[in-house]
Amino acid sequence: MVLIRQCEERIAELCDAGEVRCPCHLCIGQEAIATGVCTAITDADYAWGGHRSHGHYLAKGGDLKALIAEVLGRATGCAGGRGGSMHLIAPEVGILGTVPLVAATIPLAVGSALATKLRRESRVSVAFFGDGATEEGHFHESLNLAALHRLPVIFVCENNLYASHLHLTERHLTDNLDQAGVPHGVPGHRVDGNDVLAVYDATAMAVEGARRGEGPMLLECRTFRWRGHVGTALDLDVGVRRRDELPEWLARDPIARARSRLVARGITESELDRVLEEVQAEVDEAVAFARRSPYPAPESLFDHVYHRPAGLG
Amino acid sequence: MSARTLSYAHAIREAHAQLLRSDERVFVLGQGVWSPWYAGTSLQDIDKEFGHERVIESPVAENATTGAAVGAALAGMRPIVFHSRMDFMLLAVDPIVNQAANWSYMFGGRIGVPIVIRAVINRGGEQAAQHSQAMHSWFMHVPGLKVVMPATPYDAKGLLIAAVDDGNPVLYVDDRWLYAEEGPVPAEMYRVPISAAAIRRAGRDVTIVAASYMAREAERAAAELADRDVDAEVIDLRSIKPWDRALVLESVEKTGRLVIADSGWTTAGIAAEIAATVAGEKLRSLKAPIARVCLPDVPAPMSRVLEHVYYRSAADITATALEVLKQ
Repeated sequence: MVLIRQCEERIAELCDAGEVRCPCHLCIGQEAIATGVCTAITDADYAWGGHRSHGHYLAKGGDLKALIAEVLGRATGCAGGRGGSMHLIAPEVGILGTVPLVAATIPLAVGSALATKLRRESRVSVAFFGDGATEEGHFHESLNLAALHRLPVIFVCENNLYASHLHLTERHLTDNLDQAGVPHGVPGHRVDGNDVLAVYDATAMAVEGARRGEGPMLLECRTFRWRGHVGTALDLDVGVRRRDELPEWLARDPIARARSRLVARGITESELDRVLEEVQAEVDEAVAFARRSPYPAPESLFDHVYHRPAGLG
Repeated sequence: MSARTLSYAHAIREAHAQLLRSDERVFVLGQGVWSPWYAGTSLQDIDKEFGHERVIESPVAENATTGAAVGAALAGMRPIVFHSRMDFMLLAVDPIVNQAANWSYMFGGRIGVPIVIRAVINRGGEQAAQHSQAMHSWFMHVPGLKVVMPATPYDAKGLLIAAVDDGNPVLYVDDRWLYAEEGPVPAEMYRVPISAAAIRRAGRDVTIVAASYMAREAERAAAELADRDVDAEVIDLRSIKPWDRALVLESVEKTGRLVIADSGWTTAGIAAEIAATVAGEKLRSLKAPIARVCLPDVPAPMSRVLEHVYYRSAADITATALEVLKQ
């Protein structure tokens, strides 16, 4: 969680300084969901994300240097400087892509689950998406398809109450996203998305069922993004309402809550501070690496329109 | 020894069967794959032969079905997604265009999407506007996609096998009006290279470029033209993205005249792209203006009287070629 927080705070500084120019959707305040979910699965499992996926990428084990290099548009980025913040990939740890078209990777997660089922593997697939994605038709199509074939998919809805600038209640008559899968035969649970242990426990339960062949599950993780939909500002894009809500959510900081739990278990403040310092050093090193890295060569513009499998000319 | 012949539809079926038999990554997914209603004989009993686990009938959900195939392809499988009509496939444009086509490029070539999306053109018979559309040129516009349009049973089989092997998203467009056509088809597995056109008839007076059903009509037109002492060269594109520029340009350089026939609408279609390319590169070789034989820019009508004036055939190509030759 602290890696995600400190990495994103650093990216925010780089955005404000004009060094990062691609649109960045920060998940500061939501770190417990990525962390709790990805701790309950392995590198062999697949995870898919959306526009706000720095956290998913890092929690799944994606390389920090390749992330910073990517948002800075460098050739050493995880997508070679062709994707930026909204297109992250780390196939070596099961991230086959995160993309900003809303809900787009939900059916893709169903597909990777279908692949593992056809191959008789025990891997699960996780789809991370926001509350806005549940309004897309293919969310419902995907839940139905996954339930019908009892596919090992965990649908993780990070309900931060806002789709871009619009509050949940301006988009839904009822606040019951945890039940959105019920008509399709996908059981759902509402989870405190700012409690990393609660997220871990819920995911572990869902994963256990999925690996046993019991089919998909939907987890609605309630949370709040501290920054705006895109960029670094706190609430410029959505006005007064968020200004009123924010203090309450700042008090439920998932990292502060985890920290106080650890302290209660006897870990000292100085030990925890040392972790923060180590993480900060890692982030600094990644930024230095990215800054040293070359930009993609202009003559590479045409490379990769079509994929050439490794080993072929 | 006479070559073995198969119908276009049976050639497609044979390609599916051989792919399913030889590669366990291959599976078929879509609406109507268990039913002759939707696939004609092109998938006849394929589910019975290979089982419902690998021949998956999908719910009425084009977007999620196609998206799931994209996800499975990214996870190492080789899916063939079946859309029994291209009209309905438009509900799956996000996974095809935004996702599959862009994936290799936007992730720096880290991973490819080895998916074949089968889009059937199924028109005529008073089916009207939403059961008749040939939208292949839309997809020709998109970087990262390949689009193939077989006109013969031989190509129907060889292009499907090549498409599954390709490792990139390939839109495989087959035409129900060709399903009963018979032609030589080798029994073994073979590949027709994507992006290579074929000269169906060599000639000196005019080049006729066409794809899919219209390539067959172009051959008929060339026979009619031969009766009038016109020696037409017929090029069957076979792939419309990437298309075989070199072969078309070379032919136009030789004949100096070009007619392009397509089963899609006129505006911004295949013919427009080819005409622009030829005008840009071989203007001085041209002895007459380039002519197009495409659908008029109106939705497909219902009544057979209107269908008769809407669809294009060999006679239209012949008449157009004769006009071009007068100039």
